[in-house]
Amino acid sequence: MSTETAEMLKMTGQAAITAALFQAMEEDSKVLVFGEDVADREGGGVMGTTRGLSTKFGDLRVRSTPIAEQSIVGAAVGAAMAGYKPVAEIMLMNFITVAMDMIVNHAAKLRFMSGGQSTVPLVIRTLTGAGWQTAGQHSDHYEGWFAHTAGIKVVAPATPADYKGLLLSAIQDPDPVLFIENSRTLFVPGEVAADQGPIPLGKARVAREGTHISLITYSGMVANCLAAAAELETQGISAEVIDLRTVSPWDKDAVLASADKTGRAIVVHEAVRHFGPGGEIASTIQEELFRKLKAPVRRLGAPYSAVPFAKVLEDAFLVQPADIAAAAKALCEYD
Amino acid sequence: MFSPRSSRGDKAKPFERGLMSQTLENRASPDAATQLDIYRRMVRIERNDEFTRTQIRRGRITAPYYSARGQEVIPSTLSNLMTDDDVICTIYRGIHDMVAKGMPLRPLWAEICGRIDGTCKGKGGPMHLTHPETGVMVTTGIVGSSMPIANGFAWASLLDGSKRVTVAYFGDGASNIGAFHEALNLASVWKLPVIFVCSNNGFAEHTRYENATSVDFISKRAIGYGMPGYTVDGNDPLDMYAHAHAAIERARAGDGPTLLECKTFRFMGHVFGDADSYMTKEEKDAALAKDPLVLFRQKLLDDGIATEEQLEEMKTSIEAEVQDAIDFAFESGYASVDELRRDVFAEEIPA
Repeated sequence: MSTETAEMLKMTGQAAITAALFQAMEEDSKVLVFGEDVADREGGGVMGTTRGLSTKFGDLRVRSTPIAEQSIVGAAVGAAMAGYKPVAEIMLMNFITVAMDMIVNHAAKLRFMSGGQSTVPLVIRTLTGAGWQTAGQHSDHYEGWFAHTAGIKVVAPATPADYKGLLLSAIQDPDPVLFIENSRTLFVPGEVAADQGPIPLGKARVAREGTHISLITYSGMVANCLAAAAELETQGISAEVIDLRTVSPWDKDAVLASADKTGRAIVVHEAVRHFGPGGEIASTIQEELFRKLKAPVRRLGAPYSAVPFAKVLEDAFLVQPADIAAAAKALCEYD
Repeated sequence: MFSPRSSRGDKAKPFERGLMSQTLENRASPDAATQLDIYRRMVRIERNDEFTRTQIRRGRITAPYYSARGQEVIPSTLSNLMTDDDVICTIYRGIHDMVAKGMPLRPLWAEICGRIDGTCKGKGGPMHLTHPETGVMVTTGIVGSSMPIANGFAWASLLDGSKRVTVAYFGDGASNIGAFHEALNLASVWKLPVIFVCSNNGFAEHTRYENATSVDFISKRAIGYGMPGYTVDGNDPLDMYAHAHAAIERARAGDGPTLLECKTFRFMGHVFGDADSYMTKEEKDAALAKDPLVLFRQKLLDDGIATEEQLEEMKTSIEAEVQDAIDFAFESGYASVDELRRDVFAEEIPA
């Protein structure tokens, strides 16, 4: 029995999230889902991700809210402190800016400020990512802000299986979790085990093994790194792709093990490079592995600008597989 | 339960109710024991406040302090009507709300002194006191933020099927921030068992009410959110009792939220030590002359609810409680610096 291959299902990241929400709500009556348009009366979410939940679990546990993000996250904080496990949806990551006080000053800090008396086990699901010409206020990757805030975890999956497994863990986590869905990966189908369970937060995944260089990435850029790795292979360069899965706390052990093995590393993210998460990771690699590195650690991220509208500009804004391959080749030729 | 029609004389009130502010019918009245309990809570606030200011003046505490002197009636009356299961979300100038709710003074003092035996191990301080056992769930340092969180507790009451009510305390200044408006709207749409209690002391930090607020009565804003809103004499325990009673009953009955605008005055300015240059001497003197603590004490004596001796004994015993708490706090140690790695997450961060 134990050697039998688990049944695999083909589904998108979005379907995996829906499955995780159904499973979590079924298993634990304290799990709540709310946000703009999430109930079936409103269509089960603008993307349809929460479709069916209110019909199955009732209008009190699955509630559509006014368009009032501060109020949404505030209610999540209070309900979480009162013993519930709210999964609040903030439709798009840019809309989180109007709920920053509730996230940064309250959700993230109440456990510490209360000396451990208050617990805030909430999840904020949010969607973002460039590539759809939604321009400057609908596609930013702001995970760096939250990774910089002590007391909130930041999860950014890249595959359908991870969307399901990491969301299940996020919901049961005793602390607040920001769960970032990337708009370029969310609708890409992939294999998910029929019995896919929780995947631990803070643990990276080796998305592709390699020996010459480590590409350290997460979220939508995992696909770009894998494409770059395939291109590099044709040039005789073996690139390892590390999918962090969790941006904070990030899996330092896995990153250092890979960079130690290859001696070269590039951190790749969709967020603006300037003061982005890549700075923290690259700096740690250099502090810990200085004498073992064969080349400086590089960072690739978006330029210091707003997300542009015109397709030609948006393509230039996003780190492309060719950019990653070129940077990797240069590091492999570094001397 | 609420109607714009005035059903009472409103005689001898220190303010005029606005034309549109709502008037409560079926006013509940506190019996003698209730009045005495409200007064006891007021004295506990006032003695605790006086002792705190003394310790600050002596240099024994270094912390910003926002005295609630003059505003004792509001939380004392509400707390009389709340149970230990009922919860409050209050603000950085809300120590009186906690004292009224029954928070024990030893951990309160240890916290404002930053000690390990404080309610928050010295990690929150006077602006972030938390004591779930007495229902003090959140103390926020951000103006307006008590309200959206209070909604979450109130929603939990609906999910639990419990009768627990949640009180969100805030000031008149907070009624101008977005959180107030978002929270009132959601509470009304979801019919949440929450009471929004605004202590309107006439000043938002140093800015006079009318220079920053678009309406003459904050209670009028309730109309825009489809909930009852009352302007109450927040320095009169009888007026406070009638309105707090109605609001709590309404919440427990599942009829939804209420906004109470409680008119009061800040005797000690915004932060302890401020020069009050933004108010006139006349208005401050007039307010001091109507000290709610003095007036209510006299009423209890006049009505034969308590004797001079009883009230003196009450005061002495409260002073002993406060002094004991101060002694306890100063004998307590400080947290280890390892506490910086604890309570960030449930799991301790490795050294």
